[in-house]
Amino acid sequence: MAAANTNSMISLRAVTKRFGNFTAVDAATFDIAAGEFFSLLGPSGCGKTTLLRMIGGFERQSTGEILIDGEPMGTRAPNQRPTNMVFQSYAIFPHLDVAENIAYGLANRPVDKATIARKVAAALEMMRLDGLGNRRTNQLSGGQRQRVALARAIVCEPKVLLLDEPLGALDKKLREEMQIELRQLQKSLGITFIFVTHDQEEALSLSDRIAVMARGKVLQIDTATALYEHPNCREVAGFIGNMNFLEGRIAGVEGGLAAIEIGDGQVVKVPANGQAAAGGNAILAIRPEKIDAHGSATAPQPGTNAIRARARASSYLGDRSLILADWRNGAAPVSVSLQNRKSLSGDGSSGIGIPGPDSELWLTWPVEAGVLLTS
Amino acid sequence: MTAISEAASDQYDQPATRRPEWVDGLWLIAPTLAIVVGMMLVPLLAIIIVSFWTQTGFDLEATWTLENYALLFQPEGKLYRILIVKSLWVSLVATTAVVVLAYPMAYFMAFRIQRGKLIWIILLTVPFWTSYLLRVFAWKVILGFNGVINSGLKAVGIIGPDGLFEKPLEFLLYNPASVTITLAHAWAAYAVLPIYVSLEKIDRSYLEAATDLGDSKWKRFWRVTFPLSLPGTIAAILLVFIPTVGDYITPTLVGGPSGIMIGNSIANQFIKSNNAPLGAALSCVMMLAITVAVCLFLMAIGKKRLKGADI
Ligand SMILES: Nc1ncnc2c1ncn2[C@@H]1O[C@H](COP(=O)(O)OP(=O)(O)OP(=O)(O)O)[C@@H](O)[C@H]1O
Ligand SMILES: [Mg+2]
Repeated sequence: MAAANTNSMISLRAVTKRFGNFTAVDAATFDIAAGEFFSLLGPSGCGKTTLLRMIGGFERQSTGEILIDGEPMGTRAPNQRPTNMVFQSYAIFPHLDVAENIAYGLANRPVDKATIARKVAAALEMMRLDGLGNRRTNQLSGGQRQRVALARAIVCEPKVLLLDEPLGALDKKLREEMQIELRQLQKSLGITFIFVTHDQEEALSLSDRIAVMARGKVLQIDTATALYEHPNCREVAGFIGNMNFLEGRIAGVEGGLAAIEIGDGQVVKVPANGQAAAGGNAILAIRPEKIDAHGSATAPQPGTNAIRARARASSYLGDRSLILADWRNGAAPVSVSLQNRKSLSGDGSSGIGIPGPDSELWLTWPVEAGVLLTS
Repeated sequence: MTAISEAASDQYDQPATRRPEWVDGLWLIAPTLAIVVGMMLVPLLAIIIVSFWTQTGFDLEATWTLENYALLFQPEGKLYRILIVKSLWVSLVATTAVVVLAYPMAYFMAFRIQRGKLIWIILLTVPFWTSYLLRVFAWKVILGFNGVINSGLKAVGIIGPDGLFEKPLEFLLYNPASVTITLAHAWAAYAVLPIYVSLEKIDRSYLEAATDLGDSKWKRFWRVTFPLSLPGTIAAILLVFIPTVGDYITPTLVGGPSGIMIGNSIANQFIKSNNAPLGAALSCVMMLAITVAVCLFLMAIGKKRLKGADI
């Protein structure tokens, strides 16, 4: 569901940033729709901040063009762009109190004092900061500082709000609360949010769409479900959630399904993506929770993939159990996550049970649960 | 047992057996305290006491009297009153000039120099490698009747029979202006450092945030950079203003009759006029005047700004 060019709020055209001969952002080209909650996700140092700062005008791209609401930004300074930024460190002015901080940007607008006071009061209320207007900023808690930083940017009514890991400095519980608040805020204001994070859960739960980046490149842009269910490369598949990779060779393509030879004469099937051609190398990616483990006596049902394996280790995690199983000499073991639906006996030996070490297993999964990666 | 392990075991002691914290603190400041008491407090007290005595011939008469102070309010004391006000004024102008000169220098060092800041700081101290006296004397050479400026102007023909001026410029030296110029130059380096430190400390994200919120560079300077550099700027102002009020080397060398300041007059009382009590009283009044001036200054800046600036 890529945003159509016509109503996109942000358009990046081959935006590249080089520091010396190091490429921090490599030819980023994508669109962000108006009102979208868009996340940039990737490991540390992959260029998320650099890309965000280029959109905000704090950094000048080496090549490429950035359009905001149809207008090319060129060399425009941050104060000439319809964007506002929430800094990772919040950057709340220490010499001003909370209300003065929030009013900071409004002073640059042609509005009278009464309007400013009204807007600041409304922002304080919206961000649940009532009564803190005259507080000095060093007397605020982490969550309050975060909300002041948000309020200060939002009163300026930007078209696009840029947020650089805004929740990074908060503890887990507060972060989860703020995530919900942030999402509600974005929905009610309808402002386009560009949100930088390296926390995949945060990105998955908040965003309309997510761009996964690595080494300066944008690897995939999709919704949370699509990224999780249909990653387009090994890197994305491995970065988001856990994934097993079974390497092999495409034996044939038939009826939209590719048959993959994964060694020891075992063949598994997977929905073929467009480029799958017989003879090529391929990787079958399968999530641990989509695999089922059966005792060796159970015969695999037809229509599902099944491979022989031997349990190496297992661990009981309460709601689920994790099994690590060897399936072929020299290949990485497959991890399987089983929901513990039925109650186990105290010693874990009955019920669906966790297979003991060295027990023979059939690992099965529906054909459509696998993802074919050709790269 | 080493001092460190002693300190570490301290925290497990019963409160009753613990040395109070201020005793430890006292030990730490003891050397400083000894110097402050011995070299500053005692002489200061001596000055204050002597200011209430009188001089008869070559002897000090240790009977308490307010005469020295009373003199300042009588018609004969007019000269001293004028000198005190003039000294405050000259210092104020010099301090202003110093800060106006030093601020851009500090700003340049803090924001424009990326590498080798240490070299710039060392370069800044180069003038201190010669004595204060020599630096002041250098200005005498520059501003004098046959000095650098006048001979320079002569050489290019501005001074001479056909020039703009017939004779070398006499107004350059021996007046309050030359004192101000010399003071400003001699003290500029002292002001750069504290201003530089407070500018350097400013988190760059504050500046980016200000720009993000719509400020132009100029506006951002006045709304963020300058207020956040106030602690250093105030320190610089006090650092220059307080010692220059009482300076007497500069007015002696480049001030001439019209450029003398209260420091000269005080020195005179002790050395030439042999009237130590009057000199002491003048010193006390000068200290009081400086204190009042500084307090007024700090009050003008306002309590709120200072509070914000100390972060
Ligand atoms: N001013 C600069 N000069 C040189 N290299 C830089 C500069 N700024 C960033 N880089 C490099 O560019 C790369 C991307 O940096 P960036 O800050 O965008 O990473 P990031 O994805 O935001 O990482 P993190 O999650 O750790 O914040 C890094 O390797 C970094 O070292
Ligand atoms: Mg970053």
